[in-house]
Amino acid sequence: MSTEFTAEGGHGAVPTSAAVPATSDVVVRSDWPLFEVFLRGKRGLNHVHVGSLHAADAQMALHHARDLYTRRNEGVSIWVVPAIQITASSPDEKDPFFAPSGDKVYRHPTFYDIPDDVPHM
Amino acid sequence: MSNADEFTVYGGLSEVTDDHRWAFGTGFTDPLEGIDSSVPAGVDGAALARYSLMLGDDALVYSQRLQQWMTRAPELEEETAIANIALDLLGQARLLLSRAGQADGTGREEDSYAFFRDEAEFLNVRLVETVDADFAELVGRLLLFASWRLALFDRLSGSKDPVLAAIAAKAVKELTYHRDYAAQWVIRLGDGTDVSQRKMQAALCVVWPFIDELFTPHPAEASLPGVAVNVGTLRAEVDDVLHTVCATAGLDRPQRTGLTRVAGRSGRDGVHTEAFGYLLAEMQSVARAHPDATW
Repeated sequence: MSTEFTAEGGHGAVPTSAAVPATSDVVVRSDWPLFEVFLRGKRGLNHVHVGSLHAADAQMALHHARDLYTRRNEGVSIWVVPAIQITASSPDEKDPFFAPSGDKVYRHPTFYDIPDDVPHM
Repeated sequence: MSNADEFTVYGGLSEVTDDHRWAFGTGFTDPLEGIDSSVPAGVDGAALARYSLMLGDDALVYSQRLQQWMTRAPELEEETAIANIALDLLGQARLLLSRAGQADGTGREEDSYAFFRDEAEFLNVRLVETVDADFAELVGRLLLFASWRLALFDRLSGSKDPVLAAIAAKAVKELTYHRDYAAQWVIRLGDGTDVSQRKMQAALCVVWPFIDELFTPHPAEASLPGVAVNVGTLRAEVDDVLHTVCATAGLDRPQRTGLTRVAGRSGRDGVHTEAFGYLLAEMQSVARAHPDATW
């Protein structure tokens, strides 16, 4: 399979090309694209990524998301996003992307004395 | 929300309650909470029990049929959707069969009606008991059933029996989704490729003969004025829905005569199709082999 997987997604990978090619001797039953699903709970302030699913279009993806991810009363709002629309950072570039922040302890505001009566800190 | 919660993103999906049975999602509600379950004054208990069984059996038998699609659906996502619908209907059936036990004075439980009645004692319409040959038949049948039951339960939510009214009010939200799901697929297939159009049209021809039975008034309804809904009055409303869906999908509404009645009797009188016996045998065999088993 020639498709490159460079990013982490709901099922472990988001394909970077439009569709995952199937091997030639297998009858392709479905080439429905992948959608990533985001839910907001009753108490939640933002939508949270909960997984992914296949659907023929965005409207069907919403139906599927309702059926797959809100069965136990989790959500009050659903977003679905085509997985190929997500641009993700690449594991190969992990070091230049993320390692430099590891030793910059001075970026954390931990060198201040905070008065006891200042809340929410 | 505490500071810690802000960083546990899934925390936002669950509600804080004392109920720790579920990993996610709590705050489940009891649709019959605070409702007086005694039979209202002036209502015939036996008739109310029979009516509850009629509506309960429709849901129970159709739920069983839909469950037979499990592991056979064309897509994983669709299978979960079908399972959700089957579970919604099973929930309605449980409440309605329990209501029958309260109304007929025997105090029997839901399982006693589901597992220990014989074929002729089931009062469901015949639409729900026949086997779907393919996915098009599944969505075609579901479109008829959900459109009809939604219209019926919409009226029933104003019933003089507070229990039936509460069950109907809960079910209306479920049935609205079932109808939406079915309509979406009928339109998608009807307005799809030549093959899907042909299969969807053939499926409608298979399920259409069962429609007349849905709108044939039964004496049990007339004996419960203010409690039961006269199904004869629902036809125009349901026809309107079916017309809209078929027109959008580019499908013809079949001109078929209704399924024949046997000596004037049909599903509501305990007269069923051949397929029903097999369904019942599968559904009841375990419970009958181990009558008082608990798990």
